[in-house]
Amino acid sequence: RLGSQNKRWHSNHARPIAQSTIDEEEREKFQKLSHTWWNETGEFQALHALNALRVPWITNSLVEKQDQPPPLHTKPLLGLQILDAGSGGGILSEPLARLGANMIGVDMVEDNIRVAQTHLEEDPSICGSVKYIQATVEDLVETNEDAFDAVVASEVVEHVSNIDTFLTSCCKIIKPGGSIFLTTINKTALSYTTGVLAAEYLLRLVPIGTHDWEKFISPEDLQFLLDKCGFSTTLIHGMMYNPLTRRWSWISNSSVNYGLHAVKLHPQTSETSSKENSTDSVERSD
Amino acid sequence: MACNLLRHCKLCNLSTRIVNSLTSRNLHSSSNEKADIVISGGGMVGTAMACALGHTDFLQDKKIILLESAPEKKDFKLSERYSNRTCAISPATVGLFQNIGAWDEILQMRCQPVKRMQVWESCSDSVITFNDEELMNDLAYIVENDVILEAIRRQLSSLSDRVEVRYQTSAKSYIIPGSTPGHDNVDQNTWVTIETDKGQKIQTKLLIGADGMNSAVRKAGKFHVFQQDYKQQAVVATLEVSGTSDNSVAWQRFLPTGPIAMLPLSSNYSCLIWTTSPTKAKYLKDLQDDNFVDAVNDAFWHERDKDSTVMSISQKYQELLNYVFSDNQVVRQLPPTVVGVDPGSRASFPLSLNHSSNYVKPRVALIGDAAHRLHPLAGQGVNLGFGDVSCLSQVLNEAVQSGSDVGSLYYLSKYETERQRAVLPVVMTIHGLHHLYNTDFSPVVLLRSLGLQSTNALQFVKNKIIQQASS
Repeated sequence: RLGSQNKRWHSNHARPIAQSTIDEEEREKFQKLSHTWWNETGEFQALHALNALRVPWITNSLVEKQDQPPPLHTKPLLGLQILDAGSGGGILSEPLARLGANMIGVDMVEDNIRVAQTHLEEDPSICGSVKYIQATVEDLVETNEDAFDAVVASEVVEHVSNIDTFLTSCCKIIKPGGSIFLTTINKTALSYTTGVLAAEYLLRLVPIGTHDWEKFISPEDLQFLLDKCGFSTTLIHGMMYNPLTRRWSWISNSSVNYGLHAVKLHPQTSETSSKENSTDSVERSD
Repeated sequence: MACNLLRHCKLCNLSTRIVNSLTSRNLHSSSNEKADIVISGGGMVGTAMACALGHTDFLQDKKIILLESAPEKKDFKLSERYSNRTCAISPATVGLFQNIGAWDEILQMRCQPVKRMQVWESCSDSVITFNDEELMNDLAYIVENDVILEAIRRQLSSLSDRVEVRYQTSAKSYIIPGSTPGHDNVDQNTWVTIETDKGQKIQTKLLIGADGMNSAVRKAGKFHVFQQDYKQQAVVATLEVSGTSDNSVAWQRFLPTGPIAMLPLSSNYSCLIWTTSPTKAKYLKDLQDDNFVDAVNDAFWHERDKDSTVMSISQKYQELLNYVFSDNQVVRQLPPTVVGVDPGSRASFPLSLNHSSNYVKPRVALIGDAAHRLHPLAGQGVNLGFGDVSCLSQVLNEAVQSGSDVGSLYYLSKYETERQRAVLPVVMTIHGLHHLYNTDFSPVVLLRSLGLQSTNALQFVKNKIIQQASS
């Protein structure tokens, strides 16, 4: 219902232009950044470093949900279909593919898709496991209902103009019982000082203008939106980047960066369990 | 007839052209072999690295290649005579060998445990002894380099499905993106290209340089290296010593010209490592066997360098120490007398300090002497190299477990930081000791004598030193 009246179909190469979560300002900003995606010591250093935290987290969470241990322990995600929403240069898609997952990466910026595809082709071992599409999550809804075992939206929701639409679309494309993983920034005074002022202006960890504090969302608000869409949140945990060691770590305080894992409820349970959602801040040692 | 010939020729030409284009297309697509990890250099450390990677759980489906210029030794026979190149293996290295299954092989061949160490000097009577009596552990093991290499190679051959060893193959050139001239502007994350002397081209995600102190990998990667020529040579030989039932003591005496050390190989044989000036080294190598034996004994026993002022002060100081630490008396043992030298076992090699300021770059890692080469006076060099092997294999396991590219700088920097923290203090200490003992200047002699005597009296300090050297 959301965007169907607005769709205009061009030739078979064009994407449908649906009502979407695209924010025009965001698009221009990222286009400038696409060239230096894969420099581990460059502008995207923090994002590369974040893999050390989010890849094991995603992997362990998905493996735990299985009944049996994975048949090939070097490929724990084998057989799983995962969507990387806002894949950028492919920084997260590639490691997940190496661990066996069938990845689809979507990004609204064509340059990013091109960078990601070019980089992907350099590694023959994962070439066949990742597909990049210039699109939004919204665009996938019609043809991919209940298709994915997991959707990862890491460092994405703070750039999206309508989180509600975004999460609803994610919900539609995830299988019942499937997972959504989000990492984003809380909307607090502290997150303004550290996440925007310090990170962008003082320490230059990310380019100036990367983040708009107004778009940050607290874990409580995020959880509320997820509940509305039919998810049950199983984990919220704070994360912190140490600019001296240039490494991330899990912390109990979620006032700045945090990660959230929620599971899509099966249809019969979604009506009854919306009142029973629990939030567990689980201690994780890394 | 002419027509037929012409047609035939045309057909010939056509088919040749087709064949040529096909083969050139094949050559082009298969000329660049792809690998995950290539180790350049099959010495003790390089081969140990290959073996460790072959045993690393998460690397099981990675393509690993070891390039070694020497031919494969299909039938190794343990020679009756001991080799003159040996190492003092620390307990930590023994741990690594056990993990890769090489320790049992070494024990089956031969090695000699060191239960005690005595270090003293010629300018004074100060002495320090190390023994691990309380813990009943051996301090170190003296093993010939050939034995170590053979033991590891045997293990490696049982891992042929995990690691491919290419003997008689060495790298002719390396293209390290961002460093090699002509490729300076290439993105550093591009794979490294290695061209072998056989014309094969291998593109790899990670190049490990284990090619010794004159590392070509290090040069190709434009690593900055600190070098200092010690202007000394180490003379090595296999000595026959007067029969002691228990030849398990390592002896080292510091002379102003350099330390002379005797490491046990068996009850009758010991290995000599005598660091001295290049002229003296040549002189020693040219001596007749029995004159050489006399020179060695003289070096261990003579009293000509004794500084009388220092002696009197240090004696008084020792009396004080004996009083304060009355239950920890100085026990000075006498080294065994050398009775012979294995003919043809005398050799020498130059000594220098080499330390690379970085051990890693994107897609490149240096291990062993390629990264750090020290003075042999404390027997630490090869153990540091084996420490690199343990650390790098653990780091790569972690990298792959997180789905990362094996050449990722994020994980390689972890290796570099950890190893530099372990290596730099050792390098500086040994470099310092070399300079401290390289003189007979009285005040320095006094300082080092009193220092040594004090350290010898403090068991907990000695225990710390043993612990440090064993890890």
